[in-house]
Amino acid sequence: MATEKINKASRASMADSSHSEHPSAATYFKVAIGLVVLTGLEVIVFFFDWLSYGIIPVLAVFSVAKFAMVIMFYMHLKYDHKLFSVLFLTGLFLAIGVIFALMALFQWFHIA
Amino acid sequence: MTQAAVSNHNGDHQTTTGLNHRKLLMWVFLGSDCMFFATLIATYLVYKGKSLTGPMPIDVFSIPVTTVSTFVLLMSSMSMVLAYSALRKGSLKGYRTWMLSTIILGSTFLGFQTFEFYEFANHHVHIDCVHPGELTDFEQGLFDKNCTEGVEEYEAQHGLTPKTNLFGTTFFVLTGLHGTHVTIGVIWLLALFFYSFKKGGVTPERDLDTDLAALYWHFVDIVWIVIFAVVYLFGVFEGFPS
Repeated sequence: MATEKINKASRASMADSSHSEHPSAATYFKVAIGLVVLTGLEVIVFFFDWLSYGIIPVLAVFSVAKFAMVIMFYMHLKYDHKLFSVLFLTGLFLAIGVIFALMALFQWFHIA
Repeated sequence: MTQAAVSNHNGDHQTTTGLNHRKLLMWVFLGSDCMFFATLIATYLVYKGKSLTGPMPIDVFSIPVTTVSTFVLLMSSMSMVLAYSALRKGSLKGYRTWMLSTIILGSTFLGFQTFEFYEFANHHVHIDCVHPGELTDFEQGLFDKNCTEGVEEYEAQHGLTPKTNLFGTTFFVLTGLHGTHVTIGVIWLLALFFYSFKKGGVTPERDLDTDLAALYWHFVDIVWIVIFAVVYLFGVFEGFPS
């Protein structure tokens, strides 16, 4: 019984996500180029006065894209076990909730 | 008997989830750190535009300088992932090269932040009272107060410190704690870099040590992605209260 359990754990050990398949160096370079391009676009868009409040969703989309690229490719969430994604995204969504709750509590949306 | 555990080649015990508990704990920590920074970002936003005196973000922020420091931090993330990739391929030389590169880039980012804080603390205002040109609200206030009849120019230091106003307090706490995270990261990477010279210290079989440091480093990077957009770009956006 004990041997069976240990074997099961050993198989799990073999599937340890810290040794899952990761992207090639070329992919990492492509992601880096994407990050730099998006940062450049953020700054360029920032000087478009005619966008007015439209700049908020535009910058938000750029930031979310950069954020997603880093966690998926550099932090390997795309390739690792899904439990890691669940743990991190739970914290992330709680964090986003905290931001909006505090802003609503202090009537930020009303003032803005 | 309730939980079977075996040791893997990283020297760690596996849990019944089949996942390494150190890596699991790191992800839980990063999730909780998201909430930590969320409270600081929310505080910054809540108090934005509530400062009774300047300088305001538009008076002190330099978007070109911050863009360069953002670029440096993004490149450090790429460098970090290449160090980890080199280690997995068994190239210790490549690992050391990319680790050193990451440490230098991280230190450069900290240098930028120190420069920025110094510039903010020593912010200098110079107003031509005869031809004032375009002035910010803070400068306009100084103009109205100091450019009385017969005065040709006004010059004074109006530094921004955590004690100056609500903007200063929330800004320095948020970016200062991010800088502290970066500093801890640089120390961690330095320790791994020097440890790699010890025989058997850093090996492809024991890559989890580097993996955890890399996760932390990338996290610091994604927090900065948010700070750059929310604090800096939105900070000088005229549509928001400054």
